[in-house]
Amino acid sequence: MLLTITYTGKNTQDLGYLLHKNPYRAQSFDLSFGNAYVFYPKVSNEETTAALLLDLNPIDLARGKLGSTEGGLFDYVNDRPYVASSFLSTALVRVFGTAMNGKCDKKPELVDQPLDLTACVHMLPCRGNEEMPKEVFEPLGYTVETRQTELDEVFPEWGGSAYIDLTLHGNVTVAALLNHLYVLIPVFDRQKHYFVSEEEIEKLLKHGEGWLNAHPARNKIVSRYFHMKRSYAHKAIDRLIESEPVDDADVGDEETEKAEAQVPDEVREKRISLNTRRLDAVKNAVLESGASSVIDLGCGECKLTAMLLEENQIKRVGAADVAVHVLEKAKQTLRYDRMPPYKKNKLTLMQASLTYKDPRFSGYDAACVVEVVEHLDPQRIPAFERVLFEFATPNTVVLTTPNKEYNAHYEWLAEDTLRHHDHRFEWTREEFKAWAAQICERFGYIVEISEIGDVDEACGAPTQMGVFRKCV
Amino acid sequence: MVGATSSGKSSFAKKHFLPTEILSSDFFRAMVSDDENDQSVSREAFDLLFYAANKRLDLMKTTVVDATNVQPSARKQIVDLAREQNVHAVAIVLNLPERVLQERNAARPERGYPEHVIRKHVSDLRRSIKNLKREGFRFVYVLNSEEEVNEAEIVRTKMWNDKKDEHGPFDIIGDVHGCYDELVALLQKLGYENSEPDGFAHPAGRKAVFLGDLCDRGPKNVAVLRLVMKMVKNGHALAVPGNHDVKLVKYLLGKNVQITHGLDRTIAELEQESPEFREEVRAFLDGLVSHYVLDDGRLVVSHAGLKQEYIGRGSMRVREFCLYGEATGETDEYGLPVRLNWAADYRGKATLVYGHIPQLEIQAMNGTWCIDTGCVFGGKLTAFRFPEREPVQVDALKEYYAPVKPLSPQQNVSDDMLTAGDVQGRLHLTTALMPSILVQENNAAAALEIMSRFAADPHWLIYLPPTMSPCETSELDGYLEYPTEAFAYYRGRGIQNVVCEKKHMGSRAVIVLCHTEEAARKRFGVTDGSRGIIYTRTGRHFFDNAEIEKEVLARLDAVLTKTGFWTDFNTEWVCLDTELMPWSEKAQTLLSKQYAPVGRAGRDALAAAVAALEETCKRQNRAFEVDAVTSGQNVEPMALLERFRAKRDAIDGYVKAYREYCWPVHSVDDLKIAPFHLLASEGHVFNEEQHVWHMEKLKQYCTGVDPIFMATDYICVDTADDASVQAGVDWWLKLTGSGGEGMVVKPETYIAKRQTEVLQPAVKCRGAEYLRIIYGPEYLLPDNLQRLRKRSLSRKRSLAIREFSLGMESLTRFVNKEPLYRVHECVFGVLAFESEPVDPRL
Repeated sequence: MLLTITYTGKNTQDLGYLLHKNPYRAQSFDLSFGNAYVFYPKVSNEETTAALLLDLNPIDLARGKLGSTEGGLFDYVNDRPYVASSFLSTALVRVFGTAMNGKCDKKPELVDQPLDLTACVHMLPCRGNEEMPKEVFEPLGYTVETRQTELDEVFPEWGGSAYIDLTLHGNVTVAALLNHLYVLIPVFDRQKHYFVSEEEIEKLLKHGEGWLNAHPARNKIVSRYFHMKRSYAHKAIDRLIESEPVDDADVGDEETEKAEAQVPDEVREKRISLNTRRLDAVKNAVLESGASSVIDLGCGECKLTAMLLEENQIKRVGAADVAVHVLEKAKQTLRYDRMPPYKKNKLTLMQASLTYKDPRFSGYDAACVVEVVEHLDPQRIPAFERVLFEFATPNTVVLTTPNKEYNAHYEWLAEDTLRHHDHRFEWTREEFKAWAAQICERFGYIVEISEIGDVDEACGAPTQMGVFRKCV
Repeated sequence: MVGATSSGKSSFAKKHFLPTEILSSDFFRAMVSDDENDQSVSREAFDLLFYAANKRLDLMKTTVVDATNVQPSARKQIVDLAREQNVHAVAIVLNLPERVLQERNAARPERGYPEHVIRKHVSDLRRSIKNLKREGFRFVYVLNSEEEVNEAEIVRTKMWNDKKDEHGPFDIIGDVHGCYDELVALLQKLGYENSEPDGFAHPAGRKAVFLGDLCDRGPKNVAVLRLVMKMVKNGHALAVPGNHDVKLVKYLLGKNVQITHGLDRTIAELEQESPEFREEVRAFLDGLVSHYVLDDGRLVVSHAGLKQEYIGRGSMRVREFCLYGEATGETDEYGLPVRLNWAADYRGKATLVYGHIPQLEIQAMNGTWCIDTGCVFGGKLTAFRFPEREPVQVDALKEYYAPVKPLSPQQNVSDDMLTAGDVQGRLHLTTALMPSILVQENNAAAALEIMSRFAADPHWLIYLPPTMSPCETSELDGYLEYPTEAFAYYRGRGIQNVVCEKKHMGSRAVIVLCHTEEAARKRFGVTDGSRGIIYTRTGRHFFDNAEIEKEVLARLDAVLTKTGFWTDFNTEWVCLDTELMPWSEKAQTLLSKQYAPVGRAGRDALAAAVAALEETCKRQNRAFEVDAVTSGQNVEPMALLERFRAKRDAIDGYVKAYREYCWPVHSVDDLKIAPFHLLASEGHVFNEEQHVWHMEKLKQYCTGVDPIFMATDYICVDTADDASVQAGVDWWLKLTGSGGEGMVVKPETYIAKRQTEVLQPAVKCRGAEYLRIIYGPEYLLPDNLQRLRKRSLSRKRSLAIREFSLGMESLTRFVNKEPLYRVHECVFGVLAFESEPVDPRL
């Protein structure tokens, strides 16, 4: 919410002309979300500092503007009024728009003149991206200084905060500095206060003119600028580079990136291939069992379900998940509404829980439980066992779960942590074997356990799969 | 109805039945085609008709099919439906002379049928009449003339099994199998007196109910038969037949039966009796009705149990179930049939008592009770008292007959799986406080996800706390909430005395603790060796670390043992409503993701802004005349400085506020637990006790021994007394002035009503500083405060009352030993309501 720009040199009061703001006058501007103030803490021949201060109304943010019927976007307890975010960019355009366009009638000779400028951005959200300030500003010729802050000095154990004070020194034109800030501040924060629409592409191209295309972190900047809107990022990059193809890996979508921020790229790629191999293995196990009907328990977004639907051997497919929003997403992925009747009739989608006995689970030849058990609390496993093996009793159960021992291969994973934050446990190969054995003993099944993924001599493979067959 | 067209079926039906009882083919023809005479849509019309009939019969409603039904194929559909629904099909035949029909038809030109149609109808009908019984109609009434039709009267009789007007109380007695001495001892123990010539009778008018299998295997079969027959005859007992009784009847009728399973003993005894007595026995046993529905439908008895969809119905299928239960068709290692566990799926409202399966102990599941405790095999003879729901037992004097398979000990007590059907779709819940609570399907779906992914074992979840509404907003300067509004809420609703309890700023924690693991297993059906739980308001384990939970529970048990709670309350378990501190223990994510960052960003940014403005104020600033459209408005830096200083002070106050509720936890010793409701223990839900009782009992038994369990300060306020109100306000000011969150104002009684309306069980009133962490650091700035005063509480309050009703109901059901699914549906309902979007700041 506070940006200061300092000009050092001779006759630095000229900064007032460049910014079109009189150094001897404090001014206020109405913005749609509050006020912006411009004032000069320091004015002298040698050094002049202009300050842009935002005054956001937290109640407006939380409740929507006074008199409007739309609710607000934010919580009452919110960092928005205090941090440097897209609000600041919007204010820059409103307050310094002329300067950003490189216009100055009174001192036209200064417009294209690089000056010694220092910009100080207070409280820039920068979680987990310590290198990013340098990565994005240094190629533009700035010296970058950052000051880290801790979350609360009374509770040092809570660790550091996500905010930095960012100071940039450079010999640049005022217009360039302002345009750099306009584009790059929201790149750090990624939470935008307005609906991101296609018009944003124009804005980005305009303010990035002359520097963004050649920027080494261009793709990252663009994709983060458009955060949720992957397609806009693609379009913007296409237009920036005029048809040079874009590498998909650089333009991740928000959700996966959020969850995977800690995971190195090569691991991510490996994981994608592991998932494919896993689903193939499960599908093959189902087909080999001779099943003509199968239920995908914990179907998630129905990746496996979709594969099973394609198989001619399979005449009936059930897909169950407990999360309604996931099922909604699955319907989109499957294009459920437009599915041809012969396929749609094959498929039954249902919200269902694996810890409640459910007659809808019965009557399938096979059941798949892929990467699901580890999401159940250990205390709920007995209920799950009975729901599946005592009441649903499919002839074949194909169940996969991570092999904990293999976690040693994931260097990015701290010791004694699980692969996913929602995993309640992960089994070693011995533990899985023991669990499977008692299932067979109690419910009359035989099991064959195999491994999926690259097998390591000491640790086994990343995924273990049990194919249970009912004894008749 | 059976009759040719124009025979007056519709008029007859209208005369004798309710319009809604009559499903007429004409009506459904019109429904699908707008023309009741359009024969081309008969198929569609009958589809609908039978759909409706099916729904009515699901609900056991008398249903009249008003169609010609002169063809066997048409009638077959009706008989099939009756069989499927286990109800009786009755044929009322209007068999009028063809002449009459032709005359009537001629008088109805608008729908006149060709003569031959009527002739055909009449001949079809004539041919049908003698076959109706064989086709499966249980009763057939043929009316052969207009006089008979006009004079006919419909008398509705109850099903034989309908004895809803018998209210007992009852002593239901399991399989006797000729154990006469034990039966006499049991009857005496139950208080029955034997006086000749009437036989056994209870002085208080209780009624015995025999669950069948009176004879075979045991030593004195005839004596048992005599005793029971006399009691039934004199109206002191009811009896339903068992499989052994039915077999005996077959034998007595001279049919070929295998003389096995102890039938030989009964036969040998009966050989000594007169033929008249044998005939009396036969007639008695043959006349027994498969099951009885008693006491306005609250109690159902049969020999081998009953599925809920069969209750009150009559068919061979129902009768066979009552006699034999349901088997898979397989046999176990002893050669006995493997039984289907129908009781696990029983969801009926009626208590269902049955015998047939001998076990060492009474077996209760989902409101069904198997009370055959194998007397003849050397076990016990059991009577089940209803409505008391208690067993009275006598031991067998000896083992009269060796069981094929040893009597099984108690089955797995947790064999009560919840089923998806219990909680999916729109739920309609009935509670003592609110007769009808509706849970919408989308809320139930959300609750299913939370329950499945995060909640603890449902066996432990006997209660979820209700949400709590704040008081109305205050108009007082500098306050959004103030005690006078909380007092006014209750006073305005006729509640004069209230209790103010200190509101601890921690996290809600419900504690269920059993004194022993055995109690946890027996009472809660929890078999993993734990003996209690601490869970959050959404049913999750409070602690991720099971060891901490275990230690806290052990320390609570030590306290309760030391203070004598277990003995004084005569209980093996207790359920407490508590606040667990520090807040940071459960809210660490919220703190490090939201609260602390806002504090950090706010403090640094505002400090920098104030510094910059201070610098600016040191210099001369001037106002210029400007065009405000293209340029900014003039602003006085001093005014800005004041504004930002106020913001800085606000953020400092905010940080101070949240820090109050945070401290590091290195061990259990760093926790603080403040119990404030003693919710329930064996036999009691303490919602008839006043809040002061709760406070004092908790002080006496729970707090002051182990420092982690702390008492809650409270004062009583008389809302009609100004001085008392002022004392309450002062108490709150002091509390919140020293960093307290605020207080909770409750009516004197646990449940407060105005006429039938249930009032808020509690209203909170939060301190001015505390509210910074709810409404944001700057909420007290005058403009902000004025806007925040407008807030609607009605939704929150409506939810609070529904959730409170469900919470009380789930505890009551648990205390009454109702089945898991009945407790769970209430808990589930609370969770479903919590998924409703409601302003989280309230």
